[in-house]
Amino acid sequence: MNISYRWLRAIAPTITDAPHELAERLALLGAPVDEIVELSEGLRGVVIARVEEVRRHPNADRLRLCLVDAGAGHPLQVVCGASNVEAGGFYPFAPVGATLPGGLTIGRAKLRGELSEGMLCSARELGLGRDHLGIMTLRGEWAPGSSFIESLGLDDVRLLVDVTPNRPDLLSHLGVAREAAPGGTEDLRLPELAGADGRVVEIASAGESGRTAGVRVTIDDSAGCPRYLGAVLRGVRVGPSPEWLATRLRSVGLRPINNVVDATNYVLIELGQPLHAFDLERLGSDVRVRLAGAGETIRTLDGTDRPLEAGMLVIADASRPVAVAGVMGGEETEVTESTRDIFLECALFEPKTVRTTARSLGLSTDSSYRFERGVDPDLQPVALRRAIALIRAVAGGTLDGHAIDLLPRKVERTVVALRLERVERVLGVGLTEEALLDSLGQIGFVVEPTGGALRVRVPGYRPDVTREIDVIEEVARRIGYEAFPEELLPLRPTRVPEDPLLRVGRAVQDVFTARGFLEARTVSFAPEQEGRVPLLNPLSAEESHLRDALGPGLLRRLEHNWSRGTRDVRLFEIGTVFGPGRGEELVREEVRVAAVFTGSRRPAHWSEDAPAYDLWDLKALLSDLGPALGPGAEVLPGEPAFSAALLVGDLGFELRVGEKVVGGGGLVREGAVDAPAWAGDVWLVEARIPRGGVLRASPRYRPVPEQPAVERDLALLTPVGVPSAEVDATIHAAAGDLLEAVRPFDLYEGKGLPEGSRSVAWRLRFRAANRTLTDAEVDAAVERVLTRLEEGLGVRRR
Amino acid sequence: MGGRTRSYPDTLPMRLDLIRQLHDLESEGTAAVASATGASEVERLRVELLGRKGRLTGVLRQLGSLAAEERPAVGAEANRVKEVLSSLLDRKADSFADTGSAGTSVDLSLPGREWWHGGLHPITQVVDEICGIFHELGFVRVAGPEAETRWYNFTALNTPLDHPAADMHDTFYLSEDTVLRTHTSPVQARIMEVYQPPVRIVVPGRCFRRDSYDASHAPVFEQIEGLAVDEGITFVDFKATIAEFARRFFGPATRTRFRPSFFPFTEPSAEVDVSCQLCGGTGCSACKGTGWMEIMGAGMVDPAVFENVGYDPERYIGFAFGMGPARIAMQRYRIPDIRLFYENDVRFLEQFR
Repeated sequence: MNISYRWLRAIAPTITDAPHELAERLALLGAPVDEIVELSEGLRGVVIARVEEVRRHPNADRLRLCLVDAGAGHPLQVVCGASNVEAGGFYPFAPVGATLPGGLTIGRAKLRGELSEGMLCSARELGLGRDHLGIMTLRGEWAPGSSFIESLGLDDVRLLVDVTPNRPDLLSHLGVAREAAPGGTEDLRLPELAGADGRVVEIASAGESGRTAGVRVTIDDSAGCPRYLGAVLRGVRVGPSPEWLATRLRSVGLRPINNVVDATNYVLIELGQPLHAFDLERLGSDVRVRLAGAGETIRTLDGTDRPLEAGMLVIADASRPVAVAGVMGGEETEVTESTRDIFLECALFEPKTVRTTARSLGLSTDSSYRFERGVDPDLQPVALRRAIALIRAVAGGTLDGHAIDLLPRKVERTVVALRLERVERVLGVGLTEEALLDSLGQIGFVVEPTGGALRVRVPGYRPDVTREIDVIEEVARRIGYEAFPEELLPLRPTRVPEDPLLRVGRAVQDVFTARGFLEARTVSFAPEQEGRVPLLNPLSAEESHLRDALGPGLLRRLEHNWSRGTRDVRLFEIGTVFGPGRGEELVREEVRVAAVFTGSRRPAHWSEDAPAYDLWDLKALLSDLGPALGPGAEVLPGEPAFSAALLVGDLGFELRVGEKVVGGGGLVREGAVDAPAWAGDVWLVEARIPRGGVLRASPRYRPVPEQPAVERDLALLTPVGVPSAEVDATIHAAAGDLLEAVRPFDLYEGKGLPEGSRSVAWRLRFRAANRTLTDAEVDAAVERVLTRLEEGLGVRRR
Repeated sequence: MGGRTRSYPDTLPMRLDLIRQLHDLESEGTAAVASATGASEVERLRVELLGRKGRLTGVLRQLGSLAAEERPAVGAEANRVKEVLSSLLDRKADSFADTGSAGTSVDLSLPGREWWHGGLHPITQVVDEICGIFHELGFVRVAGPEAETRWYNFTALNTPLDHPAADMHDTFYLSEDTVLRTHTSPVQARIMEVYQPPVRIVVPGRCFRRDSYDASHAPVFEQIEGLAVDEGITFVDFKATIAEFARRFFGPATRTRFRPSFFPFTEPSAEVDVSCQLCGGTGCSACKGTGWMEIMGAGMVDPAVFENVGYDPERYIGFAFGMGPARIAMQRYRIPDIRLFYENDVRFLEQFR
């Protein structure tokens, strides 16, 4: 909400804070100021000039030469491009040396051979609006050379107040003044309107239907329109507004249109009540507030033809809708220069009706914005009187008869019971009845003692306050949150257990960070081919679905790093993926971890070449990851569970926990990533993190060996096709209890070996817990191993 | 003087005399090498003991005076002594090379052998730190689904969809009734449906709003929700808890300011500011001259939320808060653009190890 500091002080002269102090106070009342704009900034040098003469530019069809009286004592020649400049008119003029709000400094210039000594300005060039159609024309008589900002009262500051959706009362100068004035409502008055004659406007009350000045007005749908006031003014002269009114509107960023429309906008901004003026001649004599019928259409003021849906509330004449209630008027009944008589509407529309209608039409206007949030149901007579007075002051005309006020049902007042002890229980501080009366009374709440709870009558401009807790908030707000002490109270521990998933996540993070991986966070969206759950309203085709795996997103991040010239990349991510649900459930979520890595295993060092990551790094990573995901995890050759399409078929592992495959990894195939020529192999890992957490068996102490071990190395000729895992298992089975550990330590393939075999060297370590082993015992075990290997697997000693 | 000492008769046959000379050479040479103080002295000793004009050569020259059958035994002993001294000299020379105390060729200013350093994403680090502080204040971490029903995301939190308050969130829809959660607040309702008070939880998690990417917006973002419900909690307690968090997170001198605001699921509602971390509250460009930085939305739980989850609003009172760790990380690390968090350039991520 744009607030003019001058306008605000005209309503509440007791506000004496400077604009930035006012902003600070409003922030502490719940209405922070996002921006403070000095409207006169950059306009100090601008003066009012009278154009004496307008001639054609001898060398350019589109330019004119103007002789300008800017109070310098002699006329200045100015070249001007706008077509709306007329001799005898008054315009804002930036003389040579003036700097405009955009930073442009005016210099003496020759334009197409003609001297130009200054510039006639448009509203936009002065930072006063978007209007760039022509030079800003000033109505009335002015002294040439007088200061533009002083003459127009532009020495003003605009505050952009951030109004939360629960506070429609702050969408007007009156409402902001009520909050900000030191004395509250008592300090407020409506500023006098220049030219108003103070004539009293009679308003006659009626129910669902009534008549004013020959116009019958009927509310068909009193749920959507609880109150409707109308008045007929005859003999108005539609034209430009006087400067004071145009200035008021510009000060809050509105563009002046004509005096009648400007008057209704003035009342909207000042009081928060939207009004609409119809051209009575085109409206006819039967005005009806009703629901639109199927197939009806309207051309709204913005020139758009809009089909109406059944259920939308409209204002209609005898034959057709003439306005979308509370949203926008129709073009056909628009007030124009030729309008003589007007029908002025000042109504109350129901928030949800307006909101639904505005949404389905894709329209949001100053009017709908306020009705959606709730307009004060008591405000309409005040606003209508104000608007009639203002229109008569700036456009002339007379009220025909009396205005009419249709109120089919009495609007219920909100009354809330407020318990002092409840105030204390919530706020933690005991407050006296007096303090409550004080803080609430200032903003128009009426508090009455009843012996027990207090009766609080809520003013109509506060539709957000309907319950005791709402009143308690008002009390806290008006006293000031800062006035409440801070004290930590004794607390009871919570019954809620920590989510076990988070603990698993931490263990997984440790696996990767310890191995030099950096954690990534990628967005949850994916293109269609990488997701199975579509968004109904995506931002783009690249992000039209929810991801069903983490791998592709990480590979895209890898490509990004490659594109920046980074060769060594190790990224991991823990995140949610989405798949279609079963039965009632629409979406099934799963938390996963994924990692990509490529490049050198270690940072380059001058002493040696850093080897590149290979298959065995992948396998070890999976082996390390396994225990974090479940007890007894195993890494086995096989197709990875996720993103298998991205990987080379026969170079992968699956990660199993018990019977379940929970993940795996492999080598990213060529073409699955957009790799530069210098890029190395890319390895990908992805696994599911169990939602219920992982029960990790507690380690059990085993005695640390005290006896010496005996080691034996065996070079074994192994037929290709016999997996090492089987050799390992056979050695264990054959060697018996004395075998403590066995591991392969060398692999040789090539010359000197029989066709179809490789040589694998194994180191076996034997140990007995209670004695030193003899060579004979160990030799016997080795013999058993060799026999079983040869018989079972065809593996023999080299 | 160290070395072995042996006793010999005063007059000896030639053979034994040579052996004695060799043993003297061994023990004196051993001692001299042991006490050498630099590589150059070791090299001088090598020449003196084993060089072409050295003492060992002097002994070997006398071999010619021996009978042919006596020569091998003495020669063998001479070889043994030569090996012993030679290896002592080598080890001594190496020892000086190792410590580099004199004339070594190793350039110790070369970089050492490094390993890759892993690290958590800066947002994760901030989330962990915040949750850790709240853990100290009695809150435990819980999680909830990212795809939510409209009931949990809006209605249960006292936000009717036909109220303008729902416009505060631009929402992604998966179906008419399923949305991507616009805040982590729905987890409040889910937890309260399952557990009775006391409840003290923090909920870190990913949220979604239909914002296009720019320097301060992304359609995904992280949020940390907090909720405390019990008998006897008050606004005073709420303010103190948040202020205590702020001091532990931002530093003991941090001041906290509570401003009235509006959230459908809290009443009274507040925006919480902390004194600007850059200027300390005097006003600078980072805080737009106000001296304050907004860090969270918060308030007392609205009784309507308690009614929706089946708590007795007369008996229980609570407070809730929500904050954006990405924004806090941007303030803390002075990161100018939120997109950097999702770009995952390793040269960015490495800075927060």
